[in-house]
Amino acid sequence: MSLKRPLFGFLLLNVALMPLMAAPQPRSRSQAAQQTDVKAHAKQISGANTSVHQDEGQRVFEQNCSRCHAAPDGFSSRISGTVVRHMRVRASLSQHDEQELLRFLNP
Amino acid sequence: MPRFGLSPLFVEMAQAARLVVFALAVLCVGQYAGAQDTPLLSGGVGFFTSTNGGNTTYQPIIEPLLAAPIGQHLLIESRAALIETYAPRSNGLSGYDHTFFGALTYLQGDAILTPHVTLVGGSFLIPFGTYNERLSPIWISNFQDGPLISSLGLASTGTGVGGMLRGSAISHRKYSIDYAAYFSARSGSEQFHSERSSGGRASLYLPDKRLEIGLSYNRLLQDVHENFYGAHVWWEPKNTAFRLRSEFARGHHAQGYWIEADYRTQAFGGLDSFIGRFEPVFRMQQTFRRDTVVSDGLPLANTQRADFGLDYNLPHNVRIITSYARQFSSAGNRNIWETGIVYRFLFPAWKGKSQ
Repeated sequence: MSLKRPLFGFLLLNVALMPLMAAPQPRSRSQAAQQTDVKAHAKQISGANTSVHQDEGQRVFEQNCSRCHAAPDGFSSRISGTVVRHMRVRASLSQHDEQELLRFLNP
Repeated sequence: MPRFGLSPLFVEMAQAARLVVFALAVLCVGQYAGAQDTPLLSGGVGFFTSTNGGNTTYQPIIEPLLAAPIGQHLLIESRAALIETYAPRSNGLSGYDHTFFGALTYLQGDAILTPHVTLVGGSFLIPFGTYNERLSPIWISNFQDGPLISSLGLASTGTGVGGMLRGSAISHRKYSIDYAAYFSARSGSEQFHSERSSGGRASLYLPDKRLEIGLSYNRLLQDVHENFYGAHVWWEPKNTAFRLRSEFARGHHAQGYWIEADYRTQAFGGLDSFIGRFEPVFRMQQTFRRDTVVSDGLPLANTQRADFGLDYNLPHNVRIITSYARQFSSAGNRNIWETGIVYRFLFPAWKGKSQ
């Protein structure tokens, strides 16, 4: 068996996993502000001061997204609309649920 | 198959390059999208090993997913699978053979027509049962391999080429009903192979009980017309990290079911604690032959299989998946050991301004 291809596969995997092996770097304030942290939102919303919209958005998230997969650690707010539209199709969300989920991800 | 005297590696890389170029072309379509609607790249990168009946295979895999919105009501989405498999040589030869598989899993356009109706066109995952659409991505599934019955009702390839209507029919606080109905034409295209079929799925979800019950139907409309029936029940008790999923499917020649349970404890500092990241998983499945016609991908003999898994959810969207399975059948009992690691990525396709 040629060595080139397993080596190529191994290198590809390593390049892909490289960000994980690096120690987590502190993010700048602006970078942090642009991240949608789903888990943090859920924790904040579980407190006493919750808005109706956030409650509704969390309900939609729990009932439609996290039923199938774990919440990602976080993602850029620039793709939150795309994530929600993808979930609308994949999880058959209603328009109302789509809007509440978008508010939940971008409070 | 090598062409024009080129090496197989070159041909395979050229195929992969074509996929990438195609993905970039689709990306460019959505470049005028709004600030929250930047196209995204998501998916999983994994490395799996499986020891089945004493033979160990190794499998690096990449499953990228692209979603690119266009305007307010359209979405283009696609998923691909790039898999290299290293398996022991047969006939008593030493060493390993390797094969490459690269293909688009689906490529579909979604048009949101009304608050309750979305039109899907292109190559799409067939909405039969739950595994194909919801659990098949490597960054979602609890086990490395799918259920034994996962090929039932999926018209060989799991994808259809045609159109589908889907959406939420009713969405209340007490209950919701969603649906999907599709028609697929026969396609002999290498990338978008499909069979002529039609079917759909409807599900009732009770939020208070966290219970979902659904029914699926599929009819193969080419060669010998066959019907497939499916049912699924999912239950996730409130305020727990316990999930119970199950599915039954009946085809013309075989039928079977699977039940899967997984749990993460919150008792030792929450889900993100060292202990809370462990996820024991159990799956029981059985298949039953109705006749011996080979047409559905299920085992040729009645089979029982129990999968015992232990997954670990690392930070940064990394997951370790391990399992041991014991399979019983008149064709022979066997042990199946599987381990793997999966990294899930999710980021914008390009830099841009935040809203």
